[in-house]
Amino acid sequence: MATNTYVAHAPGYVDNEGPKIVTRRFADPESHTLERYLATEGYEGLRRALSMAPADAANLVKDAVLLGRGGAGFPAGVKWGFMPPVWPRYLVVNGDESEPGTYKDRLLMERDPHQLIEGCVITCYALGLNQCFLYVRGEMALAQERIAQALNDAYANNYVGRNILGTDVSIDVVLHWGAGAYIVGEETALIESLEGNRGMPRLKPPFFPAAKGLYLKPTIVNNVETLSNLNWLLINGADAYKQYGSEKSPGTRMLAVSGHVKRPGVYEVEAGNITFRDLFYGENYCQGIRDGHELKMFIPGGGSAPWFFGDQLDLKLEASDVGAAGSMLGSGALVVMDDSTDAVRACLRLVRFYARESCGKCTPCREGTSWEEKILERILDGHGRSEDIDLLLSVGSQISPGRYPAASFDDAGLSAVPFPPRQTTICPLGPSSVAPIVSAIRRFRHEFEAKIAVADPVDHDDPQPDPGHDHAHDADTAALAAGGAA
Amino acid sequence: MARLTPENELLAKEIISRYPRPKSALIPLLHLAQEQDGYVADDAMEHLAELVGITPAEVLGTCSFYEMFKREPVGRYLLNICTNIACQLTGGEELLHEAEELLGVRPGGTTADGMITLEDVECIAACTEGPCLQVNYRYEYRVDPAGLRKLVDDLRKGNRADIPHHGTLQRVRQQIPADRLGGIEAPEVAGTPAWFTSRQATDEQKAGS
Repeated sequence: MATNTYVAHAPGYVDNEGPKIVTRRFADPESHTLERYLATEGYEGLRRALSMAPADAANLVKDAVLLGRGGAGFPAGVKWGFMPPVWPRYLVVNGDESEPGTYKDRLLMERDPHQLIEGCVITCYALGLNQCFLYVRGEMALAQERIAQALNDAYANNYVGRNILGTDVSIDVVLHWGAGAYIVGEETALIESLEGNRGMPRLKPPFFPAAKGLYLKPTIVNNVETLSNLNWLLINGADAYKQYGSEKSPGTRMLAVSGHVKRPGVYEVEAGNITFRDLFYGENYCQGIRDGHELKMFIPGGGSAPWFFGDQLDLKLEASDVGAAGSMLGSGALVVMDDSTDAVRACLRLVRFYARESCGKCTPCREGTSWEEKILERILDGHGRSEDIDLLLSVGSQISPGRYPAASFDDAGLSAVPFPPRQTTICPLGPSSVAPIVSAIRRFRHEFEAKIAVADPVDHDDPQPDPGHDHAHDADTAALAAGGAA
Repeated sequence: MARLTPENELLAKEIISRYPRPKSALIPLLHLAQEQDGYVADDAMEHLAELVGITPAEVLGTCSFYEMFKREPVGRYLLNICTNIACQLTGGEELLHEAEELLGVRPGGTTADGMITLEDVECIAACTEGPCLQVNYRYEYRVDPAGLRKLVDDLRKGNRADIPHHGTLQRVRQQIPADRLGGIEAPEVAGTPAWFTSRQATDEQKAGS
């Protein structure tokens, strides 16, 4: 029975009304133990899989249209099909959850590690490979301990390792853990890191992991939440799975809603069936914006996603709808900001994240994100210059060209912003830094201008040119911004 | 400080054996070195280079990329306060300033008694529970100034036995008994698992009948 309240031992998780797949054991305080797992259909999915031919197990996942939960939302079964018939091949599980606002994989690893391990073994079986690496983010000590204990118990009881459940099938699952680097969540950087290197992304093509991944062998990289569905899916089948959710996004997904709502929390929802308004204001979910305030803006899918506003509240949480409106559902991370939020300050905080986390491989990102941070910092600190807004857009357009239709933005609607962005970099980290800048300037240009007017009043209040100010440079920047936008 | 102790060297070899290539074990091994000394010492990196079969410079190259590896001693407790967007909205930056006042150090600094190193960190995946922080990678949720003062006080008085000293990440390690290991081979020699070949054949026969 759903209690529609927080669950004390799973911080932030709300046991709300609605079907549950991956969080269905969360109400049990001992859900992480093998004993409780076995009492609640644990490893039954693996038994089902082993009774099938590997290709049939893979087809079941394909038929269910299980969408990847790491951010891109690509069907897992289709991704699996991209591997050429080359061995050895590897499975790498991405548990490096660190996109700003994202909080779900850690709960799955801490609360139900066996469910994830079972998903790993089923995937290995379906794809005919015998080695899986479970890459957990370095900072998540408890998740690592829970998975280590669960793996030790699973090995001892023949659910993993040599001759699984008495069959001829042998599959190893190895716990690996990182050491603090956001970029390692990008799949090719994750593979570099797993090879013992600096976590810098590889160029795609040719290094698509499914063809040339770990040790340049075919490698599937799947998200923790994606694989956590497999225990339920193998037991109940693809048709049962498709009973939940929408036609385009079957099943459920976990969403973390943080910020200025009355009940921030992690919810398992049939995402395509509800709107942002339902999620933020519904009694079953976040129960409204905190008292005395109104919604100003929200991030629909992690720090890298362009912002949405009140006009988008009635969109369904469907990847295609959100994509058409110019943003993404990404990793299921929603951050709600009310009218007390300073748009420039929020923008700076997100941009600073990308500046700090840039791996330094590509110049536009390494240099560009730092400049974006410096310019935003001086605007916020009261030292902004009149050319800074155009300069920000110009720097952004050199990391993510052509994304911004005009140097001066109107409020014609977000659909004018192409998404996903084009990029001058190997991976999307740099372009992600541009999303909050464009979002904030499009909608709240007056907030930037007001801060700059205080710092640099000459251009705004005094028709006389400031002799100390380089106006020729202003013209250059404006031309650059306009050129970059063509 | 030091190379790995004989006990840790055995542990290192066990970790290496779980990977198709030894260098893949490098990050877990650097954690082991940090667990031993509280930071990653130069001598330890040289030892890891020998164990993995690469140069010390390559070990340093990897080590220096990752924020969790400290190449000089830090406090017994690392106090990491999140100021990323969800925590910023709920007071993370104010909490960081409170901590700076309380400890008398800026982010990156260590208190004079060597107990606490303060860090200003990025999103740590507890966004609904902001402002949040970690002490040696163990979480504290919805922390207010009074809660912060109590936490610091408890750490200094030794009242938080539940939190290990800096360097120790996992108190439970994965251990695979030799008779349970499926078999890990170098990518150059590993082939198609025999079970897959035989079971796929069954499937094709079924399809053909």
